[in-house]
Amino acid sequence: MTLSVQHLWLIPALPLAAAAIGALTPRNGRTLAAGVAIGAMAGSFLLACLALAGALADPAAHHTFNFDWFDLGFGALRLGFLLDPLTAFMGVMVSFVSLLIFIFSTGYMKEDANYKQFFCFLSLFAAAMLGLVVANSLLLLFVCWELVGLASYLLIGFWFHKPSAAAAAKKAFITTRIGDLGFLLGLLWLQDTQGTLLFYDGGAGFLEPAALTSLSTLLPCGLAISSAIGLLIFCGAVGKSGQFPLHVWLPDAMEGPTPVSALIHAATMVAAGVFLIARVYPLMAADQALAAVPVHALTVVAFIGAITALLGALIACAQNDIKRILAFSTVSQLGYMMLALGVGSWVAAIFHLLTHAFFKALLFLGAGSVIHAAHHEQDIRALGGLSKKMKITYVTFAIGTMALVGVPLFFSGFWSKEAILHAAHGWEVSQLPFYAALLGVVLTAFYNTRLMAETFFGTPRSDGAGHAHENGPAMTIPLVILAAGAVLLSLVNLPTYPWLQARLLGLHEVHGHPLSEGAGLMGLSVVLVALGIGAGWALYGRSLRPNASAPDPLAARLPGLFAALAHRLGFDELYAATVGRLNAGLASLATFLDHFVWDGLIRLLAALGEFSGFVSRETDERTLNGGFDATSGRLRGAGQAYSRAQTGGAHGYLRTLALGFVLLLILAVLGGAR
Amino acid sequence: MSHWPLLSTLVFTPWVGALVVFALRNRLSDGLVRGFTLGLSLSTLALGACALAHFDPTVTGMQLTEKHAWISALKVNYHLGLDGLSLVLVLLTGVVSPLALFGTLRSVRCPAIYGALFLILQGSALGVFVALDFFPWFVFWELSLVPAFFLIKLWGGPGAARAAYQFVIYTIGGSAFMLLGFAALYAAAGTFDFVELAALARDGSLAMQLESVGGFWPQVAFLGVLLGLAVKVPLFPFHTWLPPAYAEAPVGTSMFLTGVMSKMGVYGFLRILWPVFPVPLQAAATPLLWLALGGVVLGAFAAMKQTDLKRMVAYSSVNHLSYCLLALFAVASVNRTGGTSAALASVALAKEAALSGYCVGVLENRSGGKRGLDDFGGVRSAAPVFAGFCGIALFSSLGLPGLNGFVGEFLIFRGVFGLAPWAAAVATLGLLATAIFLLTFWQRVFHGPAAGAGVSFRDLDRTEKLTLLPLIALMFLLGIFPQLLTGLINPLVTAWAVSLP
Repeated sequence: MTLSVQHLWLIPALPLAAAAIGALTPRNGRTLAAGVAIGAMAGSFLLACLALAGALADPAAHHTFNFDWFDLGFGALRLGFLLDPLTAFMGVMVSFVSLLIFIFSTGYMKEDANYKQFFCFLSLFAAAMLGLVVANSLLLLFVCWELVGLASYLLIGFWFHKPSAAAAAKKAFITTRIGDLGFLLGLLWLQDTQGTLLFYDGGAGFLEPAALTSLSTLLPCGLAISSAIGLLIFCGAVGKSGQFPLHVWLPDAMEGPTPVSALIHAATMVAAGVFLIARVYPLMAADQALAAVPVHALTVVAFIGAITALLGALIACAQNDIKRILAFSTVSQLGYMMLALGVGSWVAAIFHLLTHAFFKALLFLGAGSVIHAAHHEQDIRALGGLSKKMKITYVTFAIGTMALVGVPLFFSGFWSKEAILHAAHGWEVSQLPFYAALLGVVLTAFYNTRLMAETFFGTPRSDGAGHAHENGPAMTIPLVILAAGAVLLSLVNLPTYPWLQARLLGLHEVHGHPLSEGAGLMGLSVVLVALGIGAGWALYGRSLRPNASAPDPLAARLPGLFAALAHRLGFDELYAATVGRLNAGLASLATFLDHFVWDGLIRLLAALGEFSGFVSRETDERTLNGGFDATSGRLRGAGQAYSRAQTGGAHGYLRTLALGFVLLLILAVLGGAR
Repeated sequence: MSHWPLLSTLVFTPWVGALVVFALRNRLSDGLVRGFTLGLSLSTLALGACALAHFDPTVTGMQLTEKHAWISALKVNYHLGLDGLSLVLVLLTGVVSPLALFGTLRSVRCPAIYGALFLILQGSALGVFVALDFFPWFVFWELSLVPAFFLIKLWGGPGAARAAYQFVIYTIGGSAFMLLGFAALYAAAGTFDFVELAALARDGSLAMQLESVGGFWPQVAFLGVLLGLAVKVPLFPFHTWLPPAYAEAPVGTSMFLTGVMSKMGVYGFLRILWPVFPVPLQAAATPLLWLALGGVVLGAFAAMKQTDLKRMVAYSSVNHLSYCLLALFAVASVNRTGGTSAALASVALAKEAALSGYCVGVLENRSGGKRGLDDFGGVRSAAPVFAGFCGIALFSSLGLPGLNGFVGEFLIFRGVFGLAPWAAAVATLGLLATAIFLLTFWQRVFHGPAAGAGVSFRDLDRTEKLTLLPLIALMFLLGIFPQLLTGLINPLVTAWAVSLP
């Protein structure tokens, strides 16, 4: 039985429905919300397995199901679902790891008052990620991408009464949004030139040869259109996958509850960026055939990946918070994945993505188990001695660490990292990323040895660590399953039988090659891992830390470097001083313009109006009214004078009459004379 | 039913209601007055639904028309009619007005007079959306200022008098130019009828007639109308009246101002400027585009700097309206889908604006008039349901997919990118700034430990929840099925776009 592409939407719809139910249940419906969320996730997992079966039956095909979203008047906006091995493998991984994290959360979040809400948000997170995986349209992918951002915002800030959590949530959303704006522009550009955002559409999708050919046209600046669009889309991946220079949000995202960190760092959020680039890989690689372009899109990806891989590993060496160490290790591992994409081996990137999802989820849940047991003590300097108190956590965490470090042969991380190193070594453009990756291998081994030694060995250095004891089965069973996955996953893609690689590339037959072929490189990386572990053990394992306040051995030897790394090389301060200031400056400019220029002009106009009003009033009052008043005043005076003459005495009247008569006579005589 | 003047009923029910409420203000209890006013305000929604039922979305022309001679000497007609755009805005008015009224009517002084003024305002806005002759249209347009003035001045905050005067005088100043423009138009074409003017513009004879008037009159006609509309929307940099007016107005009124009245300007652009002046608009599109872009970016950045929540919402509204204009000017040059997007966005944004206005109103009411960014803290702990509703409004403003804001935003950016990729790129700065100031607002007011007025903040009661739920549901519905809205507007936009030279 397989799941056909028409029903693929059920995979994200189940957790989405669970989120909706969770949102509508009353606050005390804890069991209901958790039960529905876990049930829906299990359903999604089963459906994803059925979808995988369907995809593997014909690995070369891209099954699509496209539909109209809405009509624009000039053609419709189309969305769709896609089933191919990439989608199917991702779907299985995301739903399975999420399911285990959900189960773990029932134990970890038991005492939280907003337990129900937590499961609602978790379901939303998983739904958005699964939607992103099954999308056959860059627009639908973008929609889910933004919903992933929302869910991560809600979950990182889940303990929102803590100011640091609220700030971290905002930082994560805004930093990733900076990248998303690039993504949006790339998407708009694509829509504008191609008129479609579907990946595959029976020859008309933009990942199909016809579109890719037309996208290979050169722009005036020399870049191919496909490279420009690809790099804009890559901006989104840089944000979501915590790549340099937008990696600053990832460590802060540790403010969320630990299961959230596991979900963000393993199965969902950060995997989205790598998945996106793997999904649009044909577009990213469309400019490879062009020789005259100044830079290939994938070259940028490779260098960003290499820088991130090295940077993350370096900074991880000097962190003291158990979750922050893991966070920077995620940054570094994502760098490896991007490096693999950049050097052309997207299959190696996806293999590492899958193995990393298991061992990083394992490590974060293990860290959660430690934190939960040690009464929320997260500082590795204050932990210690947990190997005896928490056996299951210790063993599984050790397995996860060994997978992450790349301890040879039995751990999945070794094989997936090997594939990446192999691809980087074979890259024709430059060997620098390869060397960065090798250095990263040493550092990864080093900081993980430090983490293990400080957390699990020696004596407990705080009350929390002293009273720690193993957690219940809801928390340990997921650890055991993930640990099994971290080991067994190597089997799907051994160099001698690269089954996963063949299926992802759409091949029916699996062509392996003997181990001896890459033996030199493999030997080198084994030596490097041994070097890193040895250095770590020499510094932290031989003489164990006596108490929480003892100085760090590395800090004692290289104080300047350690301090710089501990402060994360000052990226946050740098951004605050540049981007933050720029924003504040623009805001001040906008208010200044508003207040003084635009409003000032209006006030000036108003003042002119008032002035002219004043002038005309003055004219009216003084000149016109004044004249009128004066005339009427004189008239009144004359009237008064006349009225005084009205005495009522006949003598007076006669006298005046006579006077008047004489005057008239004089006038008449004078007039006649002239 | 075809003989019944549905549109006149729609427009005049609130006015008649206002008279009745005013006349009976001393005989009825406050409760009855409130109920009666709300009922009359809801009549728009009912009658709008009735119009929707009679509306045929496949027809592109005006429907449900009423035409009577009014002043025959001037060839002025009382001409009402409805197309998809008008219908959508009428329905929007029907949704926003009762909500806006409900938001303040309970707490306001002299509810009868407040309600009567509000109903006059509502009726005037409806008149603007359905009038098809410049004369009655202008009457409605100007009449809307009178109740708005009194509502701001008498029920507003401490700076209300100044804000109200500035608002009215600025807008009337713009209208004066528009009147001049229409006088020139009338002198040339001899009609005030929008439909006739549009028909004349389509075959090019209007431009010729304007030319024959000679001198600078063709430019005066265009610029006059443009200026009048630009002030009303407002187009950057004619927006400085808006923040004080919105901030000082009582909550319900500022909801109406943001939700409906600003759409009157956008509607004017779509109904008058675009059909009647297609060629000059096309010629002026690029500078106008940059002005709209200025509004998008500087509006958002100015919002970042505000500490008064209502001023912040006001600036966010400047930013949103600039998006509508951005799409519109993009259409005017080449792109053809922008009309839908402008209309859609204006509707989408109206709801969020109304909702965020409501949220700020709740904050203001419950804290006894406080609306500073620092006056609150941790409201989400005390009032989770209220925080949830506000959060949905906020993320819709942010353009989160699944909510209505995203569809409009995507279409706008799609349209603008086709015309001016750089403008689209710069406009994304506005998106970023919007995210920053909205999340800062959210963080300061809702998150963190309970502080200031956030301590013992009362959550929404049942009535408030029931009022907001339909609106929230509508935001989801239109975000997921935009076809419901585009289906009404599309035929119209198609027809317009074809008519463009």
